[in-house]
Amino acid sequence: MADGGEVHEAEIPLDSVSVEDVSRWDRIAKQLRGYWETFLLAWSDWRFKAGLVILSGFVFAGTIGTVLVDAPTYQDGGKWDSPTFVGENPLGTDQFGQDILALLVHATPDMLLMLAGGAVFATGIGAFVGIVSGYKGGRADEVLMTLTDTAMMIPGLPLIIIVGAIWEPTSPILVGILVSINAWAGTARSLRSQVLTIREEEYVEASRIMGVSTGSILRKDITPQLLPLILVNFVMSGRGVIFNSVALYFLGVLPVEGVNWGVMLEKAYTAGAVTSTELFYTVLWPLLTIVLLSWGLIMLSQGLDRVVNVRVRDRHEGEGAE
Amino acid sequence: MNYYVKRAIRSFVTLVLVITVTFGLTRLMPGGPVDYMRAKLRKQNPNMPSEQIDQLVQAYVGVKPDEPLYVQYFNYVTNVLQGDLGESTYYNEPVAQIYAEAIPWTLFVLGTAMLVTFAIAISLGALLAYKEGSRLDSAVSTVAIVMNSIPYYVAAILLIAVFVTNLQMYPLSGRSSLGVTPGFNLPYIMDVLRHATLPMLSVIITGFGVQTLAMRSNSIRVLGEDYIRVAQLRMLPTSRIANQYVARNAILPIYTGFVIQIGFIFGGSIILEDIFRYPGVGYYFFNAITARDYPLMMGGFLIISVAVVIAVTIADLTYGLIDPRASAGGDSSEAY
Repeated sequence: MADGGEVHEAEIPLDSVSVEDVSRWDRIAKQLRGYWETFLLAWSDWRFKAGLVILSGFVFAGTIGTVLVDAPTYQDGGKWDSPTFVGENPLGTDQFGQDILALLVHATPDMLLMLAGGAVFATGIGAFVGIVSGYKGGRADEVLMTLTDTAMMIPGLPLIIIVGAIWEPTSPILVGILVSINAWAGTARSLRSQVLTIREEEYVEASRIMGVSTGSILRKDITPQLLPLILVNFVMSGRGVIFNSVALYFLGVLPVEGVNWGVMLEKAYTAGAVTSTELFYTVLWPLLTIVLLSWGLIMLSQGLDRVVNVRVRDRHEGEGAE
Repeated sequence: MNYYVKRAIRSFVTLVLVITVTFGLTRLMPGGPVDYMRAKLRKQNPNMPSEQIDQLVQAYVGVKPDEPLYVQYFNYVTNVLQGDLGESTYYNEPVAQIYAEAIPWTLFVLGTAMLVTFAIAISLGALLAYKEGSRLDSAVSTVAIVMNSIPYYVAAILLIAVFVTNLQMYPLSGRSSLGVTPGFNLPYIMDVLRHATLPMLSVIITGFGVQTLAMRSNSIRVLGEDYIRVAQLRMLPTSRIANQYVARNAILPIYTGFVIQIGFIFGGSIILEDIFRYPGVGYYFFNAITARDYPLMMGGFLIISVAVVIAVTIADLTYGLIDPRASAGGDSSEAY
């Protein structure tokens, strides 16, 4: 602050507000710049690029693609028209005469909603539990970690199936949450161990000594540091959602509304497409779609992982025993 | 607190929680098993008095609807602890008996698959770490990631398409062929192995990737540590450094991952055994869902959970053997 004898008392609050404002903007701008640099670092990794391109492709198919490609009907073609790769039914038709490409595209929005819903749920709870338990330590940590370990131990799929069979959710977001019912535990574990190291950093200690409340420390000092790791966990939970939800629809546990990759698989499988060479394409397309999305998510998370672990790697490369 | 006591408490808490969840789902959920059974019985026997229906419901599900909740819970827990999981409505056999017969087969298939996965991951991961940056390293790493992005049931479908449909090398379903006499003889053992090969393979080829990459990066990290350099300066034999110094330290995190995998793989038996029509725990569990056989369903969930808890507990207790720090220091050493 200035040493001004001419400053009127009334101006001081305004003055200080504006000073704080600038510094807050500075901080946000700095943070954004930091994220942008992190993004550029990740972008320099081909795996991150590949993953982001694939994921954008799916988002494109799920938003604009559903407008471009007509919804599947039972008169798209004959029964089991083989793939021609061009023309009316490029990927062929299924046993009901529905165009497979149209089915795949129109199933995408629901799958993406499921993925997002489940990943937000699992990552949100996991991050909260992991960060609080890692920072607080002591009794809170013990209770939360016992809970986490228990959730980790209960076999997920049977629990999901039972709850799904009784509850029968149809909304894709609820299905996403259902299949990540105990997926948050892994996220909580990995974030906690990261928090354990961050909480001893000097700037966190400084905040503590200055009497900043625990909530603010967690929000402003710790969570931003964890964002890349949280993102990695988000992507991996998304992959888990795809694996599990397709499995549930394939098993026929959940009530079906609209089109769905898992239902396509199940229909083709029960029609005997797996034991017949001519019909195999009807299982192959949904399979490839699932594998492609899952591969894209893994690539994305691996590219991000490099950002998270880059310091560790550098240090060890520097110290390498040569 | 002592490491072993802690783990034991954790397993116990999990078991109690699993039983409670099963009870809660059985009893409390609207439209759940009890309501379902009662409606079904009433439809089948319109003239039966309701006390008699309640008795039948109790025989099937193991809870009596009109008793206070804590009494029901107590009875349920007592029944479960005595191994009474109720009667299957679909097979008309005690649930415990159905699963007791199925468990060894599931353990055989999944246990073997898991051990093979673990063995491949450790040796391959260590090899890749030593050859870091070589062509072999990047090739195997790529394959491992691609394999990891394939769900195991997708792998199962692809394996069936290749080995059953096209090459006709393996049978599609069942535990063993009809013509072979069960017993401790070579043809039978070979037959059982043949039937189990594809289910095992689907778990192994999709599961080894993560663990191999984890082992690889752990080994690379350990190779950069100071104590490895010291060991090299001390002119210790390479094999000793590789086995005693690198492998032992690199395996520890994998072992934890392995423990987490146990639950995942046992749960996966549901889809796998359904695809291969392999009558194990998952197969009956799946039949229970399609037939809305709630006692069989709840029993299956309990059995799978108990199996996982036992497996995880064993793994945890042996972890203390390979990592002395775990049993000595507990969590305080983990924090820094």
